[in-house]
Amino acid sequence: MITAVARVYEWEVLKLLAQKRTYLGLISAMLVPIVFVVVLVIQTGGPNDVPLGRYIRDTGLAAPFVVLFFMSIWGLPLITALVAGDIVAAETQNDTLKTILTRSRERGQVFAGKVLAVLTYTFVVVFAMGLVGLAAGTIAWGFHPLTSLSGTKVSAGHGFGLLVASLAVYFLPLAGIAAFGLLLSTVTRNSAASVVGSLMFALLMQLLGVLPGTESIRPYLLGTQFEAWHGFLRTPADWAPVIRAFWVCALYISIPVAAAYLVFLRRDVASQ
Amino acid sequence: MSDALPVSARGLFKRYGELVAVDHVDLTVEKGDVFGYLGPNGAGKTTSLRMLLGLIRPTEGSIELFGRDPQVDGAKALQGVAGFVEGPTFYPYLTARRNLRLLAAYDDGDSRSRIEAMLDLVELRDRGDDKVGGYSHGMRQRLGIAAALLRQPKLLLLDEPTTGLDPAGMRDMRDLVRRLAGEGITVLLSSHLLAEVEELCNRVAIIRKGRIVYEGALDELLATAATGYSLRSPQLERARALLLNQAGIGEVTSVDGSLRFQADEDAVAALSIALGQARIAVTALVPETASLEELFLGMTEGEQPGAEEAVA
Repeated sequence: MITAVARVYEWEVLKLLAQKRTYLGLISAMLVPIVFVVVLVIQTGGPNDVPLGRYIRDTGLAAPFVVLFFMSIWGLPLITALVAGDIVAAETQNDTLKTILTRSRERGQVFAGKVLAVLTYTFVVVFAMGLVGLAAGTIAWGFHPLTSLSGTKVSAGHGFGLLVASLAVYFLPLAGIAAFGLLLSTVTRNSAASVVGSLMFALLMQLLGVLPGTESIRPYLLGTQFEAWHGFLRTPADWAPVIRAFWVCALYISIPVAAAYLVFLRRDVASQ
Repeated sequence: MSDALPVSARGLFKRYGELVAVDHVDLTVEKGDVFGYLGPNGAGKTTSLRMLLGLIRPTEGSIELFGRDPQVDGAKALQGVAGFVEGPTFYPYLTARRNLRLLAAYDDGDSRSRIEAMLDLVELRDRGDDKVGGYSHGMRQRLGIAAALLRQPKLLLLDEPTTGLDPAGMRDMRDLVRRLAGEGITVLLSSHLLAEVEELCNRVAIIRKGRIVYEGALDELLATAATGYSLRSPQLERARALLLNQAGIGEVTSVDGSLRFQADEDAVAALSIALGQARIAVTALVPETASLEELFLGMTEGEQPGAEEAVA
């Protein structure tokens, strides 16, 4: 079973690597922090009203954190949706689902391979953006100690550790958007509709978070979990938002994936 | 598995809302058959094949491939089964060779080790590193055969395998099917090319508006439409005189330099002896039958009482 899923996963990743949209997403994720740093190098102002924004020129370590903030609104959701919304729908549109479902792999194994491939892509996108942002920031402003959100200084090495941890937590809500995109991709069988739908879902989550009267549900909105990494940058670390992000995102991931699984398992693979 | 029928479908029924695509279809394909599945466009052939391959869930009915139900046993039911429906499809952004590697990874066993041999077989080895997106229709059909044969199938399901091929491609595809059948592979071939079916198949099923209107041996089907016998002889008048006086022979007519008549097999056997005894040379004495095309059109055109509207 595990070997079968691993073989499907391997080829799902290879298929992603052979498609332009994968590189479009990945390159966009890496270009944004570079452009961001270049603009800040050229200009004198800065994003002082966002977390760590006022320290952006103190150390290259601050750059990826600031980019994380901006990219959570629609940039990374769109990049994620590009692949998540396409991974099943493209098979339907190209009529290749029948090709792979008439071999020796069970539908569940094929689906599992696709889920893992989408999550891998999402993970790579987050870390590529973060690490390229760090590299660009370091080139521009050096690799110096980071001022935390509590105002204390942390060493550059510790700051790097915080960045890695933050990227890992930031991956969770993005995986929630990926899961929703996968669901749309499976149900609608339409790549464009799934990509747009996933982006709308992400924007709706962000919108709900800023509407008045939503304070009680705000901690459980997917958009809020994009800020969970702030907990790492407080002294002492505030684990509450991080822990909440884990279980809230687990729900946002598991429910759409389970629904998509059931649809995928039972669907008729007929011509479009 | 060894004694089980390659295909046994019973009461196969598929409804899409109000539309009935397949209406209580029974199909039996026996080992060694080259089974032709005939029907006009939209008769339900492809829907039936998709159900056989587990791609579509039947609304009612049961399917067994070598004794295994695709709806119950999943991919295990496809062990020893390969083929394609509505033309083979591949990932256009991958090369042919990588497409086959991908499919081999989706197979159990050692499919991967056969990739080069299969590319050779379908004469695509030199184009194996080209992206499939640039392939012609015929090349994709051949690659589809290669992809199916990777699995070393005992049952091959081919949906319109020669559609869109040029005459040489059609000939090559038919030769390949004939060769595979000769190697013991059971073939279920969907087609609306009747000459192809007549040439390749030993058994057929004809589907019309989702319902099977005939299933059985092709020879028997053709025999049911026997229209009499035809006799050719250089001594036509002597032969005609003999026929007119021969017991069991009737409706003797001369048509295009030959004699046509009605008779049963015993009467024809007696006639052949009588012709020999009368020293009348015979160059041909053959049963005349309707062509498969005539039979097919007769079965599939026009209204049938109670027939429901069907979709592909």
